[in-house]
Amino acid sequence: MKGSRLAFAIFLAPVAAWLFLLIVLPHVDLLLMSLRGKDELGERVWTLANYMNFFTEPVYWLTFVRTALYAVITTAITFCIAMPVSFYIAKVARPRVQGALMVLLLLPFWVSELVRVYGWMILLRESGVLNFFLMKLGLTQKPVEMLYTDAAMILGLVYTSMLFMVVPLVSVMDSLDDSLIEAAYDLGAGKWTIWRTIIIPHCKPGITSGAIVVFMLTLGNYLTPNLMGGKNSLWFTEQIYNQFIASFNWNQGSAFGFLLLALSSLIIWLGLKLSRQKLGEVAS
Amino acid sequence: MASDLSVRNLTKRFGEFKAVDEVSFDVPAGSFFSILGPSGCGKTTLLRMVAGFEAQSSGVIEIRGKDMADVAPNRRPVNLVFQHLALFPMMSVAENIAFGLKRRGLKGAEVGRRVEAMLERVGLPGYGPKSVNQLSGGQKQRVAIARCLVLEPSVLLLDEPLGALDLKLREQMKVELKKLQAKVGTTFIYITHDQSEALVMSDRVAVMNRGRFEQIGRPQELYGEPATPFVARFVGENNVWSGEVTASDAAGATIRTDEGFVFKARAKGACAPGGRADLYLRPEAMRIEPREAEGLNTFAVTVKAILFDGANSRLLTVTEQEHELLVSLPQNRRFDHIAPGQRITVGWHPDSGLCFPAMGAS
Ligand SMILES: Nc1ncnc2c1ncn2[C@@H]1O[C@H](COP(=O)(O)OP(=O)(O)OP(=O)(O)O)[C@@H](O)[C@H]1O
Ligand SMILES: [Mg+2]
Repeated sequence: MKGSRLAFAIFLAPVAAWLFLLIVLPHVDLLLMSLRGKDELGERVWTLANYMNFFTEPVYWLTFVRTALYAVITTAITFCIAMPVSFYIAKVARPRVQGALMVLLLLPFWVSELVRVYGWMILLRESGVLNFFLMKLGLTQKPVEMLYTDAAMILGLVYTSMLFMVVPLVSVMDSLDDSLIEAAYDLGAGKWTIWRTIIIPHCKPGITSGAIVVFMLTLGNYLTPNLMGGKNSLWFTEQIYNQFIASFNWNQGSAFGFLLLALSSLIIWLGLKLSRQKLGEVAS
Repeated sequence: MASDLSVRNLTKRFGEFKAVDEVSFDVPAGSFFSILGPSGCGKTTLLRMVAGFEAQSSGVIEIRGKDMADVAPNRRPVNLVFQHLALFPMMSVAENIAFGLKRRGLKGAEVGRRVEAMLERVGLPGYGPKSVNQLSGGQKQRVAIARCLVLEPSVLLLDEPLGALDLKLREQMKVELKKLQAKVGTTFIYITHDQSEALVMSDRVAVMNRGRFEQIGRPQELYGEPATPFVARFVGENNVWSGEVTASDAAGATIRTDEGFVFKARAKGACAPGGRADLYLRPEAMRIEPREAEGLNTFAVTVKAILFDGANSRLLTVTEQEHELLVSLPQNRRFDHIAPGQRITVGWHPDSGLCFPAMGAS
């Protein structure tokens, strides 16, 4: 009895240490930092000024709303593409093809995000591969600028997120009994109705966990929006980066970090509320 | 009588393998038709072709006179009760039953009324709001059937729906299914590998083996007049002797078994003198210590064990050559004195034994 408790403590210790050192400690530090500032005399004082700045300066909260909106859009698009892909992998493809397809999905993640994004840039830029072929085929006279637009940025984000949506969806679809689909078909349902009434409700936990992961990864992404987005498609993480690195204003940066945390929590909470689910159920 | 379902020369090939092989049958409207066969004989494949989930390699399926060749499963006037029921776990009982009605574009109040009426009919009034997982095995069964019946299909297909239930419940559901079918009057096509299910419930039974129909007939016919050795062995219990035909005429054949018994029996098929034949005899055809031995085939056996099973009790006996035979033991107290180890005489009437020409395999 005693021994097992000791073993439990030993197992738990690294987890607890990890949680404390890497999650709790920095956040407490950030929180404290976000509430500090200098008054007119240059004295360090407790203040809410860092948070006030956010609301009074339109460029901050505009970026904030934009980021949230695009993260939601990216999640939605990823979901729409991942759904049929996962269905094909889980239900249509033969077992051997199934494995190959999963590996194919995984393959891009073998290289770093930076390389992946550069891959897209090579494809899309003015002197890029796509433009080369478009001109060869005579579809355009002048090269089209496809990079540095919101569309290009979302494309990159969706591409980066795909795997994290497909994996939970495939596993949850694997557990869907084929005969349920056949039963619905037999009872007179068409394709679309089967998706709406059987497949999507069954996949709900997978959809939610996939959506949460994709949403959070997108919201916190820095590289893709920075490299593929245009000059005026600022991402909120870039604002945080600017505060920390460019302006060297750690207090302001911390406040922004906390606002981003609040935002992602709020949207996920809303999403769970709307789909009538609990976080615990999704995780299990 | 008009046929609800008419199947002609239906064949299904998976590569070289023929899962269903030139099957033809007609099912009269309102009847209970069973397809009985061992595991893997192609029953499910046949049913899935009728439901439209599997395309036939050749042959014709007609439902109420309409060819079903190009009709999708969701447009066919048949419904299938799946082997594992396939109730929708994300829906309540009422939603499960309402599913098909909504697909037909019926509106709220009308759907509710029909669902409640259907639940009443299958003996589950007020169960609508329950979740499917809260139901017992037998109740799930009835919901699965209700979900199909509410659509008033021309033909209801059932794929071993009692397979997952325990024995007691299965016995009970057998009778209930039969009663339900009589009440609603829908044509049922029921597949099973359990001969007692098929015999108890059906108006007509088809015995299937290796993708082919061996015999179609009333349960009594299958039991009393099996057309092939397979049916004789598969439907009900039978004792089997192998032997050689010594004489045959219009009335029957005389066969000398490998153990040396000489029996008279009825002949099915060509039992020519000198040929090999198998003799099939039901346990209940044998009489223990017959008083009138005149005209009976009689022989002596040793009782090995008493297999008591109420009205279905039997004696396990062996001949001198250690050939095991089952003999029915009527529970009328007359044979209470029989104990293992005892030697008894049994006799049977030549009309109750059937001789089939022996085949190489099968
Ligand atoms: N998609 C398929 N591809 C290849 N062979 C198949 C396929 N479906 C079924 N079979 C074969 O066809 C035969 C009949 O299968 P079927 O499922 O119809 O049997 P069944 O009579 O329903 O058996 P059970 O009583 O075990 O359910 C089997 O030998 C099976 O291996
Ligand atoms: Mg089957």
